[in-house]
Amino acid sequence: MFGRSKKASELASDITDHTAVRGRSLMHDALDRFLRNRAAISCTLLLLMIVVFVLCGPLLSQWNHEDIDWVALGDIETLGAPSVDSGHYFGTDALGRDLYSRTIQATGTSLMVGLIGAVMALVLGTAYGVIAGYAGGRVDGALMRAVDVMLAIPSTLVIILILVVAGRSFVTLFLALGAVSWLTMSRIVRAQTLAIKNREFIEAARAGGVSEARIVVRHILPNLMGVVIVYASILVPELILAESFISFLGLGISEPYTSLGALISEGAGTMVYGTLWQLLFPLFFYVAIIISLFFIGDGLRDALDPKDR
Amino acid sequence: MPMFRVDNLAVDFAAAEGVVAAVKGVSLQIERGECVGIVGESGSGKSQLFLAVMGLLAANGTATGSASLDGRPLLNMPTQALNLVRGEDVGMVFQDPLSALTPHLRIEQQMIEVLQVHRRLGRREARARCIAWLERMRIPDASRRMKQYPHELSGGMRQRVMVAMAMLCEPKLLIADEPTTALDVTVQAQVLDLMSGMQRELGAAIALITHDMGVVARMCDRVIVMRDGMFVEQGTIDDIFYRPTHDYTRTLLDAMPRIDSSNRRQVAPQPQTLLDVKDLRVEFPVSVPGTLFGRKRQLKAVDGVSFRLVEGETLGIVGESGCGKSTLARAVIRLIEYQQGSVSWLGRDLGALKRQALVGARKDLQIVFQDPLASLNPRMTIADSIAEPLTTFRPDLTRREKKIQVFDIMERVGLLPAMANRYPHELSGGQNQRVGIARAMINRPALMICDEAVSALDVSIQAQIIELLKDLQSEFGLSMLFISHDLSVVRDISDRIMVIYLGRIVESGSSDQICSAPQHPYTQALISAVPVPDPAVERSRTHIHLPGELPSPLDPQAALRFLPTKVAEGELSYVPKLNEVSPGHFVAEHDPMDKIMAWYSAS
Repeated sequence: MFGRSKKASELASDITDHTAVRGRSLMHDALDRFLRNRAAISCTLLLLMIVVFVLCGPLLSQWNHEDIDWVALGDIETLGAPSVDSGHYFGTDALGRDLYSRTIQATGTSLMVGLIGAVMALVLGTAYGVIAGYAGGRVDGALMRAVDVMLAIPSTLVIILILVVAGRSFVTLFLALGAVSWLTMSRIVRAQTLAIKNREFIEAARAGGVSEARIVVRHILPNLMGVVIVYASILVPELILAESFISFLGLGISEPYTSLGALISEGAGTMVYGTLWQLLFPLFFYVAIIISLFFIGDGLRDALDPKDR
Repeated sequence: MPMFRVDNLAVDFAAAEGVVAAVKGVSLQIERGECVGIVGESGSGKSQLFLAVMGLLAANGTATGSASLDGRPLLNMPTQALNLVRGEDVGMVFQDPLSALTPHLRIEQQMIEVLQVHRRLGRREARARCIAWLERMRIPDASRRMKQYPHELSGGMRQRVMVAMAMLCEPKLLIADEPTTALDVTVQAQVLDLMSGMQRELGAAIALITHDMGVVARMCDRVIVMRDGMFVEQGTIDDIFYRPTHDYTRTLLDAMPRIDSSNRRQVAPQPQTLLDVKDLRVEFPVSVPGTLFGRKRQLKAVDGVSFRLVEGETLGIVGESGCGKSTLARAVIRLIEYQQGSVSWLGRDLGALKRQALVGARKDLQIVFQDPLASLNPRMTIADSIAEPLTTFRPDLTRREKKIQVFDIMERVGLLPAMANRYPHELSGGQNQRVGIARAMINRPALMICDEAVSALDVSIQAQIIELLKDLQSEFGLSMLFISHDLSVVRDISDRIMVIYLGRIVESGSSDQICSAPQHPYTQALISAVPVPDPAVERSRTHIHLPGELPSPLDPQAALRFLPTKVAEGELSYVPKLNEVSPGHFVAEHDPMDKIMAWYSAS
C-alpha cells in the first residue's frame, strides 16, 4: 500500500523534518541583484518580445520568406514599400520577397547561431578548461599550448575555411562558430579552476576522503558557474556579430535562408535606390538584440560577481 | 585643553538593509604624549571612529558630531584642508602593510613624497631625512632598502617602513590601527618597542586600536573598551585590568589565554602511541633567478622532524610564519607528499598506502583549517558540508540516518539545527569554524589537526572554540595536533609543545617546561615577545631581541643561526642535535646567548 516502501517513508520523513530555516544560496542572492537591475530587466523583456515575435510573427504574415511577389518586383521603390494593404508589412527586398517573413527568419537564425555557439563553447570550453586546470602539470601544459596555437590563427579565417571546405549550411556554420568560440572559454575556466583548486575547502574535501571526480563535480563546477554564465552571455552577441560579418561577406547562410547580417548587407547595397526600409528593419532587430544581450551580460556580471563577500 | 578631542561622534552607513549605525555618539580626549588603547572585537566600530575623523570613510558612510586637533576642527572638512593635517599632524599606520604601501613605487618615492608635500623639502634633503628615519626604525642597510619595492621587504620590515612614514613629519598624534596583528610575535615586539620609543622621544600621542589585551597591557596608559559602536568602559590601564567594572571588559580579559599561567590535566597512564613520525622531510622546488629560465632549488620546508603522539594527547606546534608548521601537518596526513622519512599510524606506514587505502585511513585523521569561510564550499549548505565525509565513509547510511547524525554533531558543536540549510556566507566566523569542526568530527576521528584553527577569530570567540575543542577531546578521547603562532593559545590547550624553526625542531617538551623554563635562545625570545594581558607583569618583563630578520630558508647559514661557532668552523651542513636536558624535554644544540649576540653584532 501507500507509504509502505522504505523510499516513501523516507520521503515522508524528509517532508515532516523540514522545520529548518531555508538559507539563501549565492544564486538566490544573485537573482535578487539581477532583478533589481532595471536596465538588465528591461533588456531581458525586450529580448523575450523579440523571441515571441520570431515564434508568433509567421502567423500574421501573408507571404512566406522565399516566394517572389512578381507585381512588386516591377516597381520595388513604390509597390515594394512597407504597407499593410499589400501584406508586405516591412516591404519587400530587391527581389520582391516579403521582408517581414525574411526578417523573422533571419532573426531566428541569428539567435540560434548565438545560442548554439555559446552552448557549444560552454560545454567544450568548460570540460577542456576544468581538465587542464585540475590535472595541472604536463597535461595542463599540453592542452593549453594546443589552445594557444589555435588562438593564434585568426578565427574569421578558420570559419571561412571551414565554410568553404565543408560547404555552406546551417550545420557547418554552427560547427565553424563553435570550433573557435570555446577557446577563450577554456582559458577562463582553466584560470578559475587553478584558483579554486588551491582553496582550503578543496583540501578539506580531500581530507574528508572525497574522490577526485566528485571534487570536480561537487566543489569545482558549481563555483565556476558565475564566471561561465557571464562569459557565455557576452559570447552570444559576439557570435551573432561574427556570423553577421561572415554573412556580410557572402559566406554565411545560403539562399533562400537568410540571417540578419545577410539582410543588412543586401539592404546596404540597395540604399542608393531609396529603398531604405530594406536596411532599417533588419538593422533595428540586429541592434536591439545585440544591445539587450550586452546589457543582460552586464547585469549578470554585476549580479554574480562575488566581490562583495 | 586636551590636544585631540572627539565629541558625540556618530557614524552611519547606508546599506541595502537600511541604515547601520557603526559608531553611536562617542566622546574621547587624548592628551599630548599619551598612549590610549581602543579595544574591541571586530565590528565594534573602533576603526570607523578614526577613519571618520580623518575623512576616510567609505562613500556610503556619514559622520556627525565634532572632532578637533589643537582646537582645529577636523570632522567633515574638505579634503584639501584635511590633507594638510594628514601626514603632518596625524600619522596613520594600518594593519596590512602590504596593501597600505603602493606596490609599484619604491619605498624612496613613497617616503619622499610625504616630505615634499608637507615640508617642501628638496629631493636630497628629503632623502637624507628618510634614511635617518629608517635607521631609527632599526632597518638595516637603509639606503639600499630605499631603492626596493614593498614586496621585496618582509612583513615586519614593511610595517616599520609604515611607522617611519607616519612619523616623518613628527606628527602630534599617531593612529595605529591593529599595527601588529598581521605580524609574528617577535616582530610585533620590535614594532611595539619602536612605537613606544617614538612616543617617549618625540612626545607624540598614540591611539592604538587593537583587539589584543596583551598589546594594550604593554603599551597603553589609558584604555577605552568599545562594543557595538559605544564605549562601555574607560579608565587608566590599572583600573581596566585590575578593577574592571563592566561585564564585557571582564569577559574580554578572561577570554585572553595567558602564557604565564599553567593549565593542566593528566594524560591517561600507559597510553597507546597513535602517530609516530620519523625524520620527516618535505621539499618544494622553487625557482631562483639566475639563468634565462631560472634555476630550480629545493626549499626544505620540513627538514627532519620526528615526534610521537599518544592517545588523548595534544601536541602544540609553534613557530613563526614560514617555519614549515602547516606543511608538516599536511604532510602527516599526506595532503602534501613528503620526500623522506616515515609516518606510521597505529603501526601502519601511511606513506606506503595506496590511494584507496589512504582514503580509508583518513577517516581517523581530520583537519580543521585557519580561515573558516575559505574552508567551506560557498555553494553548499552547511549541512551538506558537514555530511560530506559521512557520504564517503558511511555509504550504508540512509539519508535520514545521515541527517540525524549531522543534527547530532551540529548540536554537539553548538550550532542550532535550524541553521542546517544556511550557507557559509550567512554565518559568522565563529559559527563557520564550528561547522569546520563538526565536519572534522562527524566520523569520530582519532586524530584532529587544527591548523591555526582559532587565529582568525575574535578573542571571546577564540576562547569558546578552544573550550569546545577541549570538551570534544575529553568526550571522544581525541588526540590533537594544534598548530598556531600564538604561544599563549598553544599553552592553554597543549600537553606538549614543539617549537619549530626553519623546518627543524629547536625545542620540545611539556608545555610547562617550554613556557616556564625554555632553554633554547629562540624559544626564549619567542616567549619573551608574547605580550601578557597584565600591565604589572608586562612592565617588569625583559624582552629578548634576537638580532636581524627572520632569515630565508634558502639561506644555507640560516639553519645554523643559533650555532655560529659551527659557521665559523665552516661546517655549514652541520645538523644541530637534539639533547634531552630533563625527562621529555629536548633542546637543539646551540651556543650560549651572549655568544650568538656577539657573533651577530660583529658581522
